[in-house]
Amino acid sequence: MTTGNPIIHFSNLTLGYDRHPAVHHLEHTVNTGELLAVVGPNGSGKSTLLKGIIGNLKPLEGEIKFNNIHPAEIAYLPQQVDIDLNFPISVFDMVSMGLWHKVGAFKKFDANLNAKIHDALHMVGLCGFESRPINALSGGQVQRCLFARLLLQDSQVILLDEPFAAIDTSTIDDLMGLINSWNKEGRTIIAVLHDFELVAKHFPETLLLARELVAAGKTNKVITKSNLDKANKLTKSFKDREVVCCTS
Amino acid sequence: MQQTLIKMLDLFFSPFIEFGFMRRALVGCLALALGATPIGVFLTLRKMSLTGDAMAHAILPGAAIGYLIAGLSLGAMTIGGVIAGITVAILSGLVARTTIAQEDSSLAAFYLISLAIGVVIVSMRGSNVDLLHILFGTVLALNDEAIYLVAGISTATLLTLAIIYRPLVLECLDQNFLNSVSSLSPIAHYGFLILAVLNLVGGFHALGTLMAVGIMILPAAAARFWTRDITPLIAISILMAFFSGFIGLLLSYYISLPSGPAIILTAGAIYIFSLIFGFNGVVIQKIQRQYHYKA
Repeated sequence: MTTGNPIIHFSNLTLGYDRHPAVHHLEHTVNTGELLAVVGPNGSGKSTLLKGIIGNLKPLEGEIKFNNIHPAEIAYLPQQVDIDLNFPISVFDMVSMGLWHKVGAFKKFDANLNAKIHDALHMVGLCGFESRPINALSGGQVQRCLFARLLLQDSQVILLDEPFAAIDTSTIDDLMGLINSWNKEGRTIIAVLHDFELVAKHFPETLLLARELVAAGKTNKVITKSNLDKANKLTKSFKDREVVCCTS
Repeated sequence: MQQTLIKMLDLFFSPFIEFGFMRRALVGCLALALGATPIGVFLTLRKMSLTGDAMAHAILPGAAIGYLIAGLSLGAMTIGGVIAGITVAILSGLVARTTIAQEDSSLAAFYLISLAIGVVIVSMRGSNVDLLHILFGTVLALNDEAIYLVAGISTATLLTLAIIYRPLVLECLDQNFLNSVSSLSPIAHYGFLILAVLNLVGGFHALGTLMAVGIMILPAAAARFWTRDITPLIAISILMAFFSGFIGLLLSYYISLPSGPAIILTAGAIYIFSLIFGFNGVVIQKIQRQYHYKA
């Protein structure tokens, strides 16, 4: 895959729950190799957009077009609240599921694959945690564990839903290092984030959402006071608007 | 010393050596432990422990209709029970996945309707003895057919679990992730529900609808106090379930307790013991708190 070609295109995309749009008539193209931050106020449709990309949510209108990649090949980091951290499973077994594309539901883990899992745990700094149950991990360690699983998925497109929520700075530095190295390898990264400082420092491209697209492009052009004010206003004004939309 | 040992062995094994019905009951318990208990483990892990209870009630009208048509026939009652159970499972699953209702409320709605229909049917035609049979089972009077049925269900359960194991674990642990890498989630979900219904139906012939849930949930809940990993969890619960069957049958033999409740009470005693003395139980957790690790 060559850097710069379109890889995901949102075409008049509307996603939502119970007929209420959470992403409204979005038109945007993500290019191969992009390091893209998705920002916006709470309820602006950021997580919804990621769920739409992996196919967990069917569009109410419009579509998502993929170039050179199948939605099932896209790696996705969910928010931690969606994971049952009390499930009795070890860190090693949890991370090993990142190799699903290799082992599927039936194939066994050979020595080569086991070595890969150990490597991934090493890279996220979880050596020695292999047999620990996941409910004995701290929030930061769980996030490292999930990043190890992402590493094993070895995907060309990686979606991260609030990867740094409630994570300390040293863990963020480590994980941000991983994200940068993925991007250097030509992988496309789309991350939902709230920390504008972090976005300005590490993410060249930004998509500002408030259900509708507010601004997209170079980060320093997107994250401006006037754009953010516009986004906040838009999100608020949506609250009581329950009229059937027919702009298409 | 040797003599006491022989006496002990005699106490534990002679009822099974002497009496065919005790051997058959033990075989039935082994089959139930192998099939129903792993299902119970996943029910508890999915926070669906009470779902098992609800499903057991949902089976009643099917079994009752089977009884109305063919009398106290194993086949008719089994097929009826399976149909009723699966109907309730699928209806409540569909409602939960497609409407605003949550799984628990839709399941409660459908099982209550089903239970009421069952009680109406039984009270119209059946005598109280038959109702008691359905509610409390007859592990001491398992005939060949019933044993084949229970053994067949547990074989099918173990084979199916082996096939859907990985997606099922992921379905419980991180459903979004499973959905993002494969489309097996509905197969794991509905496959599992069907297995749960099959095992409850198998269980009700031996232990009755009320007690069948006990052999699923109690060993699973007890084993959780001994391990923090899913594989040993399943193995330990199976052993506990079989041991409960063994001791329960002996209790029922020596002090004339009804067999189903005796088995479940034994499982209950194991649960209480594990709760207090298990590695993750009350006592050890309290002691460990005083000697925490340095890192």
